Amino acid sequence: MGSTTLLKESGPREVFCGLTSIVWLHRRMPDAFFLVVGSRTCAHLIQSAAGVMIFAEPRFGTAILEERDLAGLADAHEELDRVVNDLLARRPEIRTLFLVGSCPSEVIKLDLARVAERLNGQLQGGVRVLNYSGSGIETTFTQGEDGALKAMVPLMPNSNEAQLLLVGTMANAVEDRLKHLFERLGIPSVSSLPPRQSTDLPSVGPGTRVLLTQPYLTDTARELKDRGAEILQAPFPLGAEGSRLWMEAAAKAFGINGSHVATILEPLMVRAQKALSPYKEQLAGKRIFLMPESQLEIPLARFLHRECGMELVEVGVPYLNRDMMQSELELLPHNTQVMEGQHVEKQLDRVREQRPDLVVCGMGLANPLEAEEIATKWSIELIFSPIHGIDQAADLAELFARPLHRRDLLNNQLLVSV
Amino acid sequence: MELTLWTYEGPPHVGAMRIASSMEGVHYVLHAPQGDTYADLLFTMIERRGRRPPVTYTTFQARDLGGDTAELVKGHLREAVERFNPEALLVGESCTAELIQDQPGSLASGMGFNMPVVGIELPAYSKKENWGASETFYQLVRGILSKQPSEESGVSHSPAAWKSEGRRPRVNLLGPTLLGFRCRDDILELEKLLNQHGIDVHVVAPLEARPADLMRLPNADLNVCLYPEIAEATCLWLERNYGMPFSKTVPIGVGATKDFLEELHQLLEMPAPNPGEGAEQSKLPWYSQSVDSNYLTGKRVFIFGDGTHAIAAARIADQELGFKVVGLGTYSREMARPVRAAAKELGLEALISDDYLAVEAAMAEAAPELVLGTQMERHSAKRLGIPCAVISTPMHVQDVPARYSPQMGWEGANVIFDSWVHPLMMGLEEHLIGMFRHDFEFVDGHQSHLGHLGGHQSQTEQQQSQAATNPSTQSNADSSSEESPLWTPEGEAELAKIPFFVRGKVRRNTEKYARQAGCRRIDSETVYDAKVHFRA
Ligand code: SF4
Ligand code: SF4
Repeated sequence: MGSTTLLKESGPREVFCGLTSIVWLHRRMPDAFFLVVGSRTCAHLIQSAAGVMIFAEPRFGTAILEERDLAGLADAHEELDRVVNDLLARRPEIRTLFLVGSCPSEVIKLDLARVAERLNGQLQGGVRVLNYSGSGIETTFTQGEDGALKAMVPLMPNSNEAQLLLVGTMANAVEDRLKHLFERLGIPSVSSLPPRQSTDLPSVGPGTRVLLTQPYLTDTARELKDRGAEILQAPFPLGAEGSRLWMEAAAKAFGINGSHVATILEPLMVRAQKALSPYKEQLAGKRIFLMPESQLEIPLARFLHRECGMELVEVGVPYLNRDMMQSELELLPHNTQVMEGQHVEKQLDRVREQRPDLVVCGMGLANPLEAEEIATKWSIELIFSPIHGIDQAADLAELFARPLHRRDLLNNQLLVSV
Repeated sequence: MELTLWTYEGPPHVGAMRIASSMEGVHYVLHAPQGDTYADLLFTMIERRGRRPPVTYTTFQARDLGGDTAELVKGHLREAVERFNPEALLVGESCTAELIQDQPGSLASGMGFNMPVVGIELPAYSKKENWGASETFYQLVRGILSKQPSEESGVSHSPAAWKSEGRRPRVNLLGPTLLGFRCRDDILELEKLLNQHGIDVHVVAPLEARPADLMRLPNADLNVCLYPEIAEATCLWLERNYGMPFSKTVPIGVGATKDFLEELHQLLEMPAPNPGEGAEQSKLPWYSQSVDSNYLTGKRVFIFGDGTHAIAAARIADQELGFKVVGLGTYSREMARPVRAAAKELGLEALISDDYLAVEAAMAEAAPELVLGTQMERHSAKRLGIPCAVISTPMHVQDVPARYSPQMGWEGANVIFDSWVHPLMMGLEEHLIGMFRHDFEFVDGHQSHLGHLGGHQSQTEQQQSQAATNPSTQSNADSSSEESPLWTPEGEAELAKIPFFVRGKVRRNTEKYARQAGCRRIDSETVYDAKVHFRA
């Protein structure tokens, strides 16, 4: 690397906190419940980020701290026990309970690890209680998933078996597809973390090679490494190129013959490029500005530049882990402005100054930018869409082409009516 | 500690944001961690605002906590003032900052800014959004008016001063905010209505008001308290300190609009308005009287929302549409008293709860044919297969319509008639489709405008019936000890003839009856017997 310009900025930020990841984690593991220990703000954040689809019995909730919980920690512990017991009595299908720390619980130093330990003692294995932090003073948006997965690692059984472990939540359909491809490549055993059932944990050990599916799993990766797993270095599986390099890294680690890999992946690449070409036409030469939010910004920028021909105005990331991003940074064009951290006002000043064709940003900023005639794409949509893998490359590109296409449509209509 | 799966109201600082965002020239510096910035999306997404809320979040992090967070707050204050140069500065904190006690309000007051600085302390661990909005509005009005050299105007205020001053009477409209229910349209409607009566609107606040407008509040003859949740505290204060009376009727519905006009005319010492005005100006009375509306008679309606809209809806349902109100409640503890009183008048006990599952259970129990509620009751009603109209916040982006659709005044009554009767008609159509489902003309997959609702409903019913026949899923301890009676195909067929919106209740009643009567199998006769039993 070295060709990119790594900048840093601090100031007011406009990024969700780690609690947000509960929105996709609870859907991934239907037998788990996520109990935030926090305030009404925390409850309101999750329901607002989740949109309005609330189910009769949602699998997440907030134990809202009240005045008297703040008065004495002893009582707060007792209260939390009571809330957990009520919840478990009402929801016997729950197998894993995640206690999720928030800013208030951390500021008052409510030790959720101790609470979890105590509850595990009481529940005697009927329900497993884990804890992690999703607080905004410690974590951003997607980092919450890192915390949740890290908390699961100690429960994973040991095994020396040679296996590939995919780490990070992906859409189920995409995951099935990728597993199928790994099978065709000849990788004996492929499992994933998080599993689809919280109790169905994959094993880990010296034979395990880990491919991260998401770029925000620093702590989980470290923990897996401590359990003997090897973390494979590769770009992330976004876009055809990134996905290919990602799969090849696994194939190489398992000693699979390169020409065999090529016979399987090459046709997929040809097909993906064909599917990509109409979007490439729309996106090539267009200028994109990525505000920091999901941590997917760098891999997305790499894809949008290399496979769609977009110009990168600025690539913001909430935080930068150079080791984790090394393979990605190497692929970025010379002098890309990578901005770590945020001063949202100054960043918006730069957006206005540069007038990019498209801005990737959070939901709070999208309509205000649209009102300034700047097209936007919500970063949260990228988290909820099936975008991983070679086959999804065109769908991923389409997500960025759509707002531009829509603008053209509406502008043409206006011209017609004038 | 309270387990909350979903909350009707946000935290109190979101209420403060509603006041700041509603106004022009106000900036709010909020001491809060980064995740709290989610609140922006409430405004930019639900209200589709093309402007960011005027809020600077200090977004402090764990590593800042060891150091001088007060300095950090001051830095943000300085920068925000420099960048936005507001006419008034609000300063406050969210739940987390409340715990670290930096007192950003007093920090800001000591920084020598040359605009009014109003520090607001909102106890995040005991209060909620509407309270926060009310308190912020009150603190802001008070803070700004106290900057004025205090005239002794309080004592001498006369709401009839317009007569001697040779001008039209003028009133303030207080309470409309962003993220309130149809506030913008309500204001337009009321401005029109008051103008027709020769009354001028002096200041509307907080929506679209500037701090300077708040200074002018005492120059009006009286205050109109449009949404007591937001404006009552301010109205009371203005009454106490400036002698300004305020109106207490919320003009939603034909009857309430008439009462409102009378109250206003009386307070302003104007000749009473024409009592027949409502019938002339609004279509609701005639639409309701027209023969087509006969089928609305006695429709069972369940009402839940904020206090203002729930009370108004109950009155309209009961007196203007001839419905039968079978449930009334609010999530707003501050409004519990008036809602209880309104319920009592209808012979009901009010449901005061912010647990949506308790509301859903009450709804199911009341077996209504129409639900009037918030975004959440729409979901619950959908699960139960009951038509629903949204009458109150919290709301969804689809409840902020592009068209003009006030709730207040004569036009508001028209809008209400349409938006309540429409889902009922569609529910009826759905029912008819259900009835004719087995006719050969009926093509499967053909659905009414309710779209997927039909499918949902039958699914829910299946689940309900499974739940009802499977004793292990029943929470009722004594019923699980007895064996549940078995539905014969004949009994099921009889049940299927009953309109879907009461079917669940009939099923439960029939089983209860069967258990009492000791009959093991439910056939069509049992259904009829149970019907007679529960009618008596
Ligand atoms: S579209 Fe309907 S079902 Fe979906 S969130 Fe909105 S109200 Fe609920
Ligand atoms: S930033 Fe902190 S207080 Fe705010 S929602 Fe997230 S965890 Fe809760």
